[in-house]
This record gives sequence, structure tokens and C-alpha cells, in this order.
Amino acid sequence: MPDQNTDPADDPMGTEVHSAFATPTPNLASMESEQLIEKEQLGADGPELEIGREREKARSLWQDAWRDLRGNWIFWVSSLVILFLLVVAIAPGLFTSTSPLACNLSNSLQGGSAAHPFGTDNQGCDIYSRTIHGARASITVGVFATLGSVVVGAVLGGLAGFFGGWWDAILSRITDIFFGIPLLLGAMVFLTAINSHSVWIVVAFLVILGWPQIARIARGSVITAKQQDYVTAARALGAGNSRLMLRHILPNAVAPIIVVGTIALGSYISLEATLSFLGVGLAPPTVSWGIDLSNAVQVFRNAPNTLFYPAAALSITVLAFIMLGDAVREALDPKLR
Amino acid sequence: MAEDHDASPAELRIEAALERPVQQGEPILQIRNLEKHFPLTQGILFKKQVGAVRAVDGVTFDLYQGETLGIVGESGCGKSTLAKVLMNLERATSGQVLFKGEDISRVSGRALKAVRRNIQMVFQDPYTSLNPRMTVGDIIGEPYEIHPEVAPRGDRRRAVQDLLDVVGLNPEYINRYPHQFSGGQRQRIGIARGLALKPEVIICDEPVSALDVSVQDQVINLLGGLQKEFNLSYMFIAHDLSIVRHISDRVGVMYLGKLMEIGTDEQIYEHPTHPYTQALLSAVPVPDPSGREGRERIILAGDIPSPANPPSGCRFRTRCWKAQEKCAQEEPLLAVPEVFRGRPTPAAHDSACHFAEDVDIVGAG
Amino acid sequence: MSTASSARSTTADSAEAPLLQVRDLHVEFRTREGVARAVNGVNYSVRAGETLAILGESGSGKSVSSQAVMGILDSPPGFITGGEIIFKGQNLLTVGREERRKIRGAQMAMVFQDALSALNPVLTVGYQLGEMYRTHKGTSRKDAKAKAVELMERVGIPGARERVTQYPHQFSGGMRQRVMIAMALALEPDLIIADEPTTALDVTVQAQVMELLADLQREYNMGLILITHDLGVVADVADKIAVMYAGRIVETAPVHELYARPSHPYTKGLLASIPRLDQKGQDLYAIKGLPPNLLHIPSGCAFNPRCPMAQEICRAEIPPLHAVTEEDGSELVGRGSACHFWKETLHG
Repeated sequence: MPDQNTDPADDPMGTEVHSAFATPTPNLASMESEQLIEKEQLGADGPELEIGREREKARSLWQDAWRDLRGNWIFWVSSLVILFLLVVAIAPGLFTSTSPLACNLSNSLQGGSAAHPFGTDNQGCDIYSRTIHGARASITVGVFATLGSVVVGAVLGGLAGFFGGWWDAILSRITDIFFGIPLLLGAMVFLTAINSHSVWIVVAFLVILGWPQIARIARGSVITAKQQDYVTAARALGAGNSRLMLRHILPNAVAPIIVVGTIALGSYISLEATLSFLGVGLAPPTVSWGIDLSNAVQVFRNAPNTLFYPAAALSITVLAFIMLGDAVREALDPKLR
Repeated sequence: MAEDHDASPAELRIEAALERPVQQGEPILQIRNLEKHFPLTQGILFKKQVGAVRAVDGVTFDLYQGETLGIVGESGCGKSTLAKVLMNLERATSGQVLFKGEDISRVSGRALKAVRRNIQMVFQDPYTSLNPRMTVGDIIGEPYEIHPEVAPRGDRRRAVQDLLDVVGLNPEYINRYPHQFSGGQRQRIGIARGLALKPEVIICDEPVSALDVSVQDQVINLLGGLQKEFNLSYMFIAHDLSIVRHISDRVGVMYLGKLMEIGTDEQIYEHPTHPYTQALLSAVPVPDPSGREGRERIILAGDIPSPANPPSGCRFRTRCWKAQEKCAQEEPLLAVPEVFRGRPTPAAHDSACHFAEDVDIVGAG
Repeated sequence: MSTASSARSTTADSAEAPLLQVRDLHVEFRTREGVARAVNGVNYSVRAGETLAILGESGSGKSVSSQAVMGILDSPPGFITGGEIIFKGQNLLTVGREERRKIRGAQMAMVFQDALSALNPVLTVGYQLGEMYRTHKGTSRKDAKAKAVELMERVGIPGARERVTQYPHQFSGGMRQRVMIAMALALEPDLIIADEPTTALDVTVQAQVMELLADLQREYNMGLILITHDLGVVADVADKIAVMYAGRIVETAPVHELYARPSHPYTKGLLASIPRLDQKGQDLYAIKGLPPNLLHIPSGCAFNPRCPMAQEICRAEIPPLHAVTEEDGSELVGRGSACHFWKETLHG
């Protein structure tokens, strides 16, 4: 092959995610794929022809990824946990009939008992009930913040990557500005100023501060995909921009975004807990693990269950999403190698 | 008479030109002084141009119907950029590309789409030129989706399977994905895709460089067969001189953005008159241990100059053993050299050298 | 430059014993899809001052076998499952990692195909060349730099003194390859393995680099293993050739013999498919079929699905490497063919 140095993708990020999603190279990969027999080339039926017939089915890259995912125990464990959490979030009534707001100061800081399996906190609220009900806030914020930031980030980043030029320059500078805002501090300032503790305000703010991260990934991923020969080939056929973007670039650029999104979910959940802990996130009457943790700080030395249960619930939830993200990343990674 | 807001008169004229057959003796493609410069800029937000990479720096040649024109040259000579400009994947900086007499170098919109139907491309890398997430049927059928007006009426699937058959692949594999095929097979798929719209000109950009030796010949034979069957005109860009000779009727040699020499394959390979061509031919390794002794060996000195700053006068002079003062002062024209003009020798073909000399490098003539 | 190398070559012992002897090497790759048998019982040897060319296409196992010899095989997924690699009398497979590392670089060096990825882009060329001396010989930094300049001059890089502080990307492809060759040469190894050293280069540069390699080999009396798929490049430089297919050597011969009288249908096919500069018009001869899938190597002779001469026995039995002889039975030195019908191929 001639000595042509193709420049690497115009991407200052160059994250690990990117190198893993480089396009397939012809070495071991070609050895792994099935050999098909060209009809003219092979006269007599030989053993190879039999093997060719066995593997008749077409296999898309998504099917390959799913097959990998299925075989990964981490995927199953985390999925089950997440499923369980979703049920808890949607229908907490299935798990407890005590209201998390039925607090009686005279019951304050009791240990585990029949009426209060996890005990009570310093306000006299049932910890078990609060732990169950707290799932809803975390999952809601996590899921919607992820959805929001992925949509906004992918669209803006994707457009910047696709069109380049001024779009890209402006967007990159805006992204830089937003990146410069320290997430936690910014959230605190904003939320204190707005002085509302509605779930949707918190979601909105997480989206506002979280989209640049996704946009960066999306931009780089689109730029890489855009430089592939098959996109040039489609242009050469006369494909318009929308076809290029939707049919060619997006399906090939979406994988890194999925991975980052899944991992971001976990971090949004812990972010919400942090904000609520600091008092700027959710507030009573909304039930949140962060609020519980905040209440527990003063008293946990005498009553460790006030800290332990919400902390454990939070950790398990975040861990489940991060594990899922990991499994998804592994499944999608080698496909595009 | 209702005015057609969709197409300007120019566009309509181009579309009409694309439809009609080529006149007798007229070239199907005429490239005139084509230039493509890539600006070099400085600055982050407000870019200032500080120079230009002159990838294609004034190229003129013709392509006739049914013929194969080979373009050879080393890396950095601009042949790939030339291909992209001809395909309208890059906008020419100046110059003309005349397709059946109409300038297609600056078209857009509907006219551009029409041009795309007539000039198609085969890409170099079979591993990146097919969308890994589309089935083979989708890939080959995409041209029909983009140009529904020329798509076959009725069964498109049938048409795609016919194309698979034409390139020597089993039509039953229409639902498979590219990664399930070998390199040579993928290249065939790319060729099938290029054929879908029944183009008249196909530009092959190093179509076999990335393939194994034993598979290269299969694809070359396929291209040759298709040319005969569909009366295609090929522009075959490559760096492998042996393969280019085999498939080409005429050959052009590029260096640093310009054509150094152009002629029939016999003229170029057996009677090269430009020193660069001679050096290229002498450097081609001979698969014969004793054959090497018969051949004159020319080793070029130095590196290829930067295309942002080509040498004055003849751009090959910095590496040429014949270079004299005249070469730095006056750029030689691509024309039949004076010493051969009017003589009935095969050396009388276009060559851009002040001191052209007929040297038989290959040792065959 | 040392005179040790020339002293080495004059002793009768080294002229007889090969520098490197690979015996019955087996390498496999364990992948998700199964086990790919990349190298299946390969035997070859190289003497000092001799050039062995290993010819093959993708999937032939030529690169993998040399990586195994150098000890740089990616393991996992690659595993050496059998055989011996005897270098200067020592079986490298039984030697410890530290010892192996010392041999690598100092006595055995490799030149890779893509100089841009083989060289560290953030270190200057001089630093990387000097590193060879600093790590293996404990040379001072100043001396190492001087040595680096010397090396660069030896491999024909103009303006070495100024360029020694430049970075790899500032060199052209051909120059970078020379830098790689310089790195391989630095400690005056006894054996150099060049894996497709000129494949990524332009034709004119190719000629220069091959000439350089041949030159250096003569000067230092090194053994050279040249791995390539290009029959043209090999004809100039090699003394003997081993043709590989699907992890096995299917033919060995001295260079003139191989081109003049091949004795294996695959070799014959390869030679026939080269488009000649002086030939035109007809269809090119193409070996039918596809290169083998190492996960499912055909039974018997791996080439049988593509062979114009294939018979039942070819599917049933793996042909051993037969010693190739003249029609009258007289010996042909260094020739072997793994074909049941080598006689017909050679003489017919």
C-alpha cells in the first residue's frame, strides 16, 4: 500500500472510548469471520461448502453484540437489580404499607423491630419505608437526566461533528465554557438561587450541566464515522445530508454514546443524592436517600442504621448501573475493532 | 408555459447532455487545467490563509469511451485528490471537467445528482468502504433509493441479486453483512454498488492494493470483463505499474500534482521519455532473479518536495539527474518533445521534459 | 565498527551450524470463535550472511512465526504449542524471559512494516536510537547520541547531525524506515527479521531500502529473514525462499530454482498471477477460491480446494515436505515440496 499518512480523527478528546471504536482492520478479524464460497470459483463440492451451508444466517453487528452481552454474567446481575429497583420505584406500595412521611418523634431512633424493620430515624420516620420510597426519586432523576443530556448532547455534538466549520467552532467553545463550570458548585448556586426543589428542576439542571460531556463524545464519534470510506461512497452516490447522517453515520456513531450514557446514569443518581444531601436538591416532602443521609450525619454514631440503609441502597443502585454500562461497553467494543 | 422552478436552464442542459450518447471520436471526459489547492490556515477562530497544498496543480487529459486510462504516481502526487475532484467529492479550485461537453465541475443540486448517476467510483479499502451495519442487499440497493427515478421498476431485490451475480457472488447472500465476507468479496460488493446506476465512467481508486495477490487478479479480471460487457470507461488509479499496464489502454504519470507523461501503454512502458517515468519503471521489482541483470537501475536521490512549495520550473528537477538551468527557469509543457515531433516513433507522445530521451527500461521492446 | 562480526564468519564452525533453526513450530490463537492454527509445523533455518525469504499471503502464518521467534507474540490470544527455536545453539523457548529480552535487540532484531506506529511519536529519533545503547550497554547519553548520528549516517539519512533531534513524523516514509533499520542495527545483531519492510512504501523508495538492507547484511554478515508477499522484491535479495500457506511451508528452494522451476502448484499459481510489465491483453491467471480460514483449515492439503491438480489423496492426507530431486533422482540441494504430485508439478 502506498505511503499515505491519514490523519487521525480531528478529535482533541481522543478518549479511550474512541480508540476502542476504530474501524475494523484486516488481520485476525478476517480470520474470525466465516468464509463464504463464491459460486463460480469453487467447482466441486468440498468440505468447505458444507461448512458454508451450516452457517447460513446473516449476523449483524448488533446481533453479535447482543450475543456477547447475553453471555456476560455481569449483565444479568445488574439487569436484575435494575429491574427490581424499577419495580420498587414504580410501585413502592408493593413493598411497604407504611408511609415514609408518617413520622412520630416519640419513635425517634429506634432499632429494628416488627413495625420498623430497619428502625426509625431521628424524626421518627420508618427507615425501611423511606428507603423503599427513596428509590423513585433517584431513578427518576437518573433516567430523565440521562435521557435529557443524551438527547441534547448527541444532537448538538453530532451536528457540530457533521457540519464542522463554524458550527463546530462555536459549539466547541460553548462546550468548553460549560465544562469550566464546576458541576457541584454550579448546581448549588443555581438551585439555591431558583429556590425550588422540584424533581424536574433538578433534572433540568443536571441536563444543563451534563450535556457537554455527551456532546464531546458524540462529536468525536460522528467525526470518526464521517471520515469512513462508506460515507464518502454514499456521498458519491448522491446521498443527501439527512441520509448520510441517519443511515450511515448515526448507526455507526451511536455505540460510544450508549456506553457513556449508561455510565452517566449511575453518576447522575449519585449526584442527585449529593445535591439533596447538601440541601439544595430535593427537599421534604419528597423522599430521597440524600436527604436521609443528611439527617443521619448527626446521629449515626448512636444509630448506625440511619446511615447504613440509605447508603447501601444508594450504592447498590449506582453500582448496578455502572456494571450495566461496563457490560454494554464490553459487548460493543470488540465489534468495531 | 409554466416555469420550472426546480431546475435552472443550465441544469436542464446538463441533464440532457448526460443522457445523450457520445459523439463519434469525442472523448467522454475532458479535463482542462484542473487545479485543487487545499488552503493552509493559521488561527483558531478567525483563520488566515498562509499557503496552500497544491494537490492537483494543472492537469489536462481526455478519457474516451470504452477505454481504460491508468494514472500512476507515488504518494503525494495528487492522484487520489484528482479522483475526488472528478467525482465532485471535492470542489475544484479552478479548471474544468467536461462530461460530454458540459462542465460538471461546479454543479450542485439536481444536476449534481444527475452527474452522480453517470460517474461512479470503486474505493481502495474493502474494509471501510462498506457500511458495516447495512446488509449487502441494502448497500447495493442504496443507489436505487437515492435515485428512484432510474431504479428498476418492479422487483428491486431481483435487480440487486442480478448485480451480485454479475460480480461473481452468490445472490443468496443478499442478507449478509460485510464482515461476513473476505476482502476480495467485499471489493466485488463495492463494484456491484458502483454498477447499480449503470454509469458510463467508473473511477477506480487503487481497487486492488489492499487485496492478497491471488485475489487481486480475480478482481482485475472482473473489472475487465465488466468493461467489455457494459462498455464502461475506466480511470484506473494505482501505484502498481504492472497491474496498471495490464488493464490500461493509455497511461498517465503524475508527479507532485501534474502529469509528467501520457501515452498508450506501449509508448509509456516501452518508450518512456520522461526521466521520472524511467525511474519509476526501473524501480519496479522484477519477479525474476536473473531478469534484474538486464535492466538499467535508476535510484532517485532525495525526497519528494512539499506540495505546498513545489520547485520552480520543472518540479521534478530536484531529483532529476538531467537537470540543468533551463529546468529551473522554464516549466516544460506536456506536449510531444521537439526531438520526436513529426517522427513516426512511439516516443512521439506527450512528455513534460526539456531533455526527453527514449530509453527502454523494461527491456521488452 | 567492530571486527567481531568478520571474525565470526571466518571460523569453520559458524559456516556449518545455522544461526537460527526453527523446528516443527506450532502456534495457535485461541479466540471466541475457536482455535485458529496459525503455524502448523514449520521448519526453516538461516545461516550467517544468508537471506531467507518467507513468502506468503495473509493467513499464511509468516508474520506469526517470526513474532514467535522474536518472542513478541501477543499471548494471549497466541500460544506456542510445540517445536523448538534454536538460536546459536540455544532453544529460545526454554530460556527465561529476562534472557530472552537480552537476546532480543542485541542479537536478534526486527524491522516492522509500519515505521510510524513502530516508532514512539513523542520521542526524538536520536533518543530512541540512543536508547538501544543506553539500556543494553549502559552508554552515557552523550556517547549514545553520537552513536545515533553515526547510525543514521550509515543508513543513508542526509543531514544526520541536524535530524537526530527530530521526531518520527518529521521524516518521510522511506526515511522512517531507514530509522527503523538503524534501530535494528544498533547493537549489531546476528540476525535481522524484516517483516514486510517495504510494503507500505513507494516503489522508488522500496528499491532504495531493499538495497540498503542488502548492503548492511553484506557488511555485517548478518542473517536476514525477509517476510513478504511480493515476489518481485524477493527475487533481488533472497538466497533461498520458503513459501508458506495456511501455516505450513509448502515449498523451499534456492531463489533461482523457485522462479525457474517451481514444484508446488501454489507457487506456480503465484508466479503465474504476476502481471508482467511486458505482457498484455489476456486475462490474468488467477488462483481460484479464497485464502484459507485458519479456524477451518481444509483437511489434507490445505491448498486442495484451490488447486488445479487436486485429487482424492489431497483431501485425505497432509503431504509431508518431500525432498525434491531431478528426474534421474539426483539431489537438488535445499529443495522441498509439500505436494503429493510434486514430480508432475516440477517436471510436467
